[in-house]
Amino acid sequence: MSLEVLGISVLWLFLFGYVIVGSIDYGAGFFNAQSIITGKQHILSKIIQRYLSPVWEVTNVFFVFFFVGIVGFFPQSAYYFGTILLIPGSIALVLLAIRGSYYAFESYGARGHKGYAFMYGASGLLIPASLSIVLTISEGGFVSIVNDNPVLDYAALFTSPLTWSIVALSIVAVLYISAVFLTWYAYKTGDTKATDLMRKYALGWALPLIITASGIVYELSSHNEAHFERIMDLWWMFALSFILWFATVWLIWKRRNYGMAFWLLVGQFAMAFFAYGVSHYPYLLYPHLTIYEGFTNTAMAISLVFVFILGLALLLPSLYLLLRLFLFDKNYVQGIKNKKE
Amino acid sequence: MLFDDPVFASRLLTLLTLSFHIIYATIGVGVPLMIMIAQWVGIKKNDMHYMLMARRWAKGFVVTVAVGVVTGTAIGLQLSLLWPNFMELAGNIIALPLFMEVFAFFFEAIFLGIYLYTWDRFDNPRKHLLLLIPVALGGGMSAVFITIVNAFMNAPAGFDIMNGQLVNANPIAAMFTAAMPTKVSHVLATAYMTVAFMLAAIAAFRLLKGSKHEYHKKALFMTMKIGLIFSIATVLIGDLSGKYLAEYQPEKLAAAEWHFETEEAAPLILYGMLDENQEVNYALQIPFGLSILAHGYPNAEVIGLDQFPAEEQPPLIIHYYFDLMVTIGMFMLALSFVYWVGAKRGWSFVKTAWYRSLIVLGGPLSFLGIEAGWWMAEVGRQPWILRGIMTVDQAATSSDYVGHMFILFVGLYFVLGVGTVVVLRRMFKNDPIEKALAKQQGGDSE
Ligand code: HDD
Ligand code: HEM
Ligand code: HEM
Repeated sequence: MSLEVLGISVLWLFLFGYVIVGSIDYGAGFFNAQSIITGKQHILSKIIQRYLSPVWEVTNVFFVFFFVGIVGFFPQSAYYFGTILLIPGSIALVLLAIRGSYYAFESYGARGHKGYAFMYGASGLLIPASLSIVLTISEGGFVSIVNDNPVLDYAALFTSPLTWSIVALSIVAVLYISAVFLTWYAYKTGDTKATDLMRKYALGWALPLIITASGIVYELSSHNEAHFERIMDLWWMFALSFILWFATVWLIWKRRNYGMAFWLLVGQFAMAFFAYGVSHYPYLLYPHLTIYEGFTNTAMAISLVFVFILGLALLLPSLYLLLRLFLFDKNYVQGIKNKKE
Repeated sequence: MLFDDPVFASRLLTLLTLSFHIIYATIGVGVPLMIMIAQWVGIKKNDMHYMLMARRWAKGFVVTVAVGVVTGTAIGLQLSLLWPNFMELAGNIIALPLFMEVFAFFFEAIFLGIYLYTWDRFDNPRKHLLLLIPVALGGGMSAVFITIVNAFMNAPAGFDIMNGQLVNANPIAAMFTAAMPTKVSHVLATAYMTVAFMLAAIAAFRLLKGSKHEYHKKALFMTMKIGLIFSIATVLIGDLSGKYLAEYQPEKLAAAEWHFETEEAAPLILYGMLDENQEVNYALQIPFGLSILAHGYPNAEVIGLDQFPAEEQPPLIIHYYFDLMVTIGMFMLALSFVYWVGAKRGWSFVKTAWYRSLIVLGGPLSFLGIEAGWWMAEVGRQPWILRGIMTVDQAATSSDYVGHMFILFVGLYFVLGVGTVVVLRRMFKNDPIEKALAKQQGGDSE
């Protein structure tokens, strides 16, 4: 494997990690707000608080990892994307700030402010929407080089059906991933009411997911034919992804083995996400920037990979500890504190 | 200016975000260490008060960490959004410490999550204390790594430029630049010092408000002692930072000292004003002071601004930032030293209201010192973004609407700043120390 491919694979893997953990977080915020509005707060809020509070910072670092990493491995991407993303990037930052401060301001200080909970829920949908724009832009057709500087054509971007189908998928995916995870988590807490509610949401968002995903492939066929062709070459990965989706839905429908259902869902998204990534190869920004032109020097690449391996050696055990304490610890999950003294 | 000059607007937005982030970042670096010390003392002396101190500081810390993470994410992304040309060049050489920093964040975030939610899950409190080590280490290391990046901007190294192309990149050499040792250690020392004085200010404030509780007295004494140690370190390392500047960035030191002509036995100029002929008026002069700061002996020659072309001279306003920082450093050192001696010897005036008011003032003053230090270091690097290689004008984004984004972020930081204060006040008002102590002694843990 060349260093270029290794670099982008590592980044893509972490982006995938962010998609999963971020979605759980964002969707939970939406369901939380929804339950407050529909008066079902008592069913969901406790679960959402108990799971999310200890881990939200870790979720955020996945995001930071991605944008720091991509500038490290592919410095030219800072030039292209940095210049064109000023406005979408700033808006995403403000939305992220609203969410981050929610944990501090709402859950530890002034509990129960409805307007804030609502903003928090809404930002959970707007963040994936605004971040997903980057994927749309990378498909090409919206950036031109004027006086040696990349310029983004906002009019074309916001009138393109491709943009909106990617936005739709990102929102639906967030809700679906989150609902499946929270079904499992609620089940582990032994809270049948919450489990039933989340199960209903999970099933409800399953079909829209497939519809919106197909919509993107359809849009690509006219927007970027070359990319569409490569997607077709990888049809078997998407087929596998579809089978995994079906298996997840079936398990949830049958109220069986919610844990397995979640891991199948991770498999489903991994398949689709990597198939998409592979088909996008070698472009970072079609057709201006490939991973080969934008790559850093060899010395830097090797030291980044080296640090990455060391970092993982530190990180994986710590993450395991975190998950064991908060996700898989029966007493914590069920809200029992082992008292000492 | 703001709406039609992307360079100016980018500088202003960077100034805003960094000046805001540094407040929370400093707390993020310092507080874990203070919690660790308090909890350790608490376990060793088996003293409820110190345990409670650790617990309450940790509770407040949750709020500031959240805002620190949010503003840090903002500055991290803004580096690419506002300075794309700089990041493209710098990414090739200095991406390594930025990448390492992310792992430090990961490490800190994971263990902070575990620490905060496991107060009552360990039978042995020592095990719980162990969890703090990675938190304090992670916070400290993120300061180290990001400051390494900043040191590189001041004293670029680890590569060659041939025909406008960057060659022979050596990421390790880029991390260990001439600016790195003094910068990193000064930043760490000032962070610990500032946080100690911040906590001291809170304790002093409670005592001023009429609390007679032993808890606040213990907190005040402990934090003042820690503050004293780190303010000594701050001043010593600050002196070394001056020597670094004299050697590697003489234009910054000269601008900070209004030192126009290269000369021997140069005096240190404090305060004062410049008239239109660049004559210094109303200043306090310490004979030989600048020569000592720069080279360690009174007759040393100090390079003046005359050695640099006009377009490469930093703005002269940094003189005031420098004075502010040094004055605050000296003041806090004296204040904490007198307090410490006074407390040991039983001098009664360190317990009076006016002395405690000074300690309360010391908290915000220390933060002002941090801000002034960064303003002097960053504005003093002008016009360079990478000293000697790339100017700020060349580095900035070419996109429009940076000015509008500035307005957006002013609004955001206003909300975050006010929110922090309101939430922290409410948090501790609803849970005064007497109540918290009673609860702990009753064995009931929330
Ligand atoms: C509470 C904060 C604080 C205090 C009391 C001091 N400093 Fe400082 N100083 C900083 C906070 C700071 C800082 C925020 O940490 C800076 C800004 C950039 C940097 O690297 O550290 C800094 C930078 C800085 C620099 C510039 C380094 C550079 O640009 O590379 C010098 C020469 C000094 N300091 C010298 C001193 C001296 C002689 C002090 C004696 C009292 C002093 N500082 C007290
Ligand atoms: C250009 C400068 C800076 C950048 C790009 C930056 C970036 C960041 C980012 C991305 C985060 C959030 C990480 C997360 O998601 O957990 C963060 C937080 C943090 N930053 Fe900064 N930072 C900068 C300056 C500084 C400085 C100068 C210091 C220390 C002196 C510092 C210390 C910290 C610490 C300790 C945190 C952890 C959050 C907390 O505990 O409050 N940063 N920074
Ligand atoms: C957190 C502490 C810091 C503060 C308060 C701070 C402050 C400032 C200020 C006031 C400016 C504007 C100077 C001017 O335009 O006249 C500036 C510029 C800048 N700083 Fe820093 N800085 C900090 C740390 C850093 C670090 C660690 C980095 C590197 C990673 C960095 C990168 C930059 C960049 C890229 C600019 C824009 C170029 C310039 O105007 O010089 N800063 N900073």
